[in-house]
Amino acid sequence: MADLRAVLEKLSNEFGPSSHEKAVRGLIRAEIEGLVDRLEVDALGNLIAFKAGFGPEPRLKLMVSAHMDEVGFMVLHIEKNGMLLFSRVGGVDSRMLLAKRVVVGDGRIPGVIGLKPPHLTSDNEADRVPDIEDLAIDIGAEDDKAAGAKVKVGDYGTFATRFTVLSEDPAWPIVRGKAFDDRAGCTALIGLLAERYPVDLYAVFTVQEEVGLRGARVAAYRVAPDAAIALEGTVCDDTPKAPDEDVSPVTRLGAGPAITLMDRSLVSHPGMVRLLQEAAAAEGIAIQYKQPALGGTDSGAIHLTRGGVPAVTVAVPCRYIHSPASILNLNDLSNTVRLVAAALRRVESKDLGRETP
Amino acid sequence: MDKTKIGEMLKRLVETDGPSGVEAPVAAVVKELASELTPEVRVDALGSVILRKPGAENPPGRIMLAAHLDEIGLIVTKVEGGFLHIEEVGGVDPRILLGQEVTVYPTGPGAEQYPHGLTGYIGGRPPHMLSNAERKKATPLADLRVDLGLQAAEMVRVGDRAVVRGPYTELLAGRVATKALDNRAGVAAMLGALGYLAGMKHEWDVFAVATAQEEVGLFGAITSAFGVAPDIAIAIDVTFGATPGLKETETVPMDKGPAIGWGPNMHPGIVKRLREAGDALEIPYVNEPIPGGSGTDGAAIQVTREGIPTGLVSIPIRYMHSPVETVVLADIDRAARLLAAFISRLDATVLASLPEEV
Repeated sequence: MADLRAVLEKLSNEFGPSSHEKAVRGLIRAEIEGLVDRLEVDALGNLIAFKAGFGPEPRLKLMVSAHMDEVGFMVLHIEKNGMLLFSRVGGVDSRMLLAKRVVVGDGRIPGVIGLKPPHLTSDNEADRVPDIEDLAIDIGAEDDKAAGAKVKVGDYGTFATRFTVLSEDPAWPIVRGKAFDDRAGCTALIGLLAERYPVDLYAVFTVQEEVGLRGARVAAYRVAPDAAIALEGTVCDDTPKAPDEDVSPVTRLGAGPAITLMDRSLVSHPGMVRLLQEAAAAEGIAIQYKQPALGGTDSGAIHLTRGGVPAVTVAVPCRYIHSPASILNLNDLSNTVRLVAAALRRVESKDLGRETP
Repeated sequence: MDKTKIGEMLKRLVETDGPSGVEAPVAAVVKELASELTPEVRVDALGSVILRKPGAENPPGRIMLAAHLDEIGLIVTKVEGGFLHIEEVGGVDPRILLGQEVTVYPTGPGAEQYPHGLTGYIGGRPPHMLSNAERKKATPLADLRVDLGLQAAEMVRVGDRAVVRGPYTELLAGRVATKALDNRAGVAAMLGALGYLAGMKHEWDVFAVATAQEEVGLFGAITSAFGVAPDIAIAIDVTFGATPGLKETETVPMDKGPAIGWGPNMHPGIVKRLREAGDALEIPYVNEPIPGGSGTDGAAIQVTREGIPTGLVSIPIRYMHSPVETVVLADIDRAARLLAAFISRLDATVLASLPEEV
């Protein structure tokens, strides 16, 4: 548990907007090098780790994936006055941009996204969230020349949030940091590699999930797995609501790994869902189901690869994803590792069929 | 005293929280920083810190410098499990609160276990669950919650204070982004002026006052100006620095020195002497026309007792009342030098001539 927290902290603090995952990949490679039989980086930057199974041949080939990238920014233009105009990379929530600290470019130049003072803001303006086109990153540069010496058009940025622990209570261990979507999944996947399984395991750390599940698509083609599990940090909307508000929390913090039955990208394979349910029951792990029809994950790309791959998504509930910070329960994270490990120990070819048992 | 020293002082001052009415922790930092500059310190009934730096043996006058100590913040209005409902202390734009980390200072049962406060996060509903129209609408303060990540928060009581975190972040070109530049930048300039005065001659007695409760109604300035009863006064605060998107008529330039306020709240004779001091020592400054109330401590001090000739020196900052307020450190240093120069030039003739200058 303590180890998972340390890994999550390291990964969360690292810089990795979509297609700029190199630093995160470096950290993950260092964590898993001694735990796997083979490591490759493909044409898009996916990190593919192979760990051979110990079961009798022919062995099933399982792909378990988590995406390394996070939502972020890209510099589009440097103004004469030194301000950086920018756009989002992935689904950054516009409401969350105001008065935030960011870092930009390979130099990780600190900057802020400002907003005019409330004293000079009209009532009309105060009701509206400004468009991203009307915001700018201020790195302190006096003019375009000074800014251009540190930052280029096309440079990527992320929020500057640092990881913090909110609760040390072992029954309710809560942490906060950026990019838990999907560094939580990456951490769980690293945790899974501590063990060797009967099946051949491809642990794939994917790129570019937030801009269209692009890394997973090519990685799944290359691996050509018999079945796939994507590990995610997913929406959790369990904050208190007004009594008459009829909204689902999607998932709840502390209620265990969340299994996707259906989202906007995937209808989960019934055999894979059953496998997870049986593994949870056998191990005594509490699970929950993510509210259907919301969001999409790498499984959406993986299950359509080649002739089709039985796939499912298991996620760690994270409050406030796509904002400067998320909050998760470390027990949900460690139970995700336990659940998927148990499934990898149990999975058989009969789980991958379409026949009812 | 140089820019580095200003930066170090400013860092110390902003790192300690002091929302209006709970300024004691930051008052302690002021006292510590001032201990090398003057031994005479008292704290008045509302919490303002009053430092005195004596002038000549028979000083011809008393000048009060006023820079407010407090910062904007939040106050807990309801505890719901591990979530807190909040109201503002001073003027907060609720739109900037989404996605901010806050420090909550609990006073309920078991609060002593959290001497550095609790960490909270002001989250919003995930964008995945909102319509396009909802994503464009500002969330009102009444709907924001501080998430402590706890199942219950018995240590927090209604009325406890919180402050949005905004660490001291060095940007390019000697600029710094942090929370509470309004008005720790002013406090740093005031302490910096005392530092410069240590190496200069000044006839007048100087009362440097770090005032409490400015953001909720200039309260500390009202009582401390009564208590000090100065002959003249200068308020030191922040003002709107030039920012893309803001009109030139609403702002003053950044990195061109402090702004000397001009308008009904400012005495023309004080303004004249501030400009003369800047010109004589080649300290850059800009003029800031303020046609109405300045909204600063100076507005309250001017009408204290029988009336006090008052000036206003402001440091331009961007993004006021946010955790990313941004300043050029050199502007704080220039304000400190300007104040010291102004004070050292005050002599026995000033008080007699001021009434002729209004």
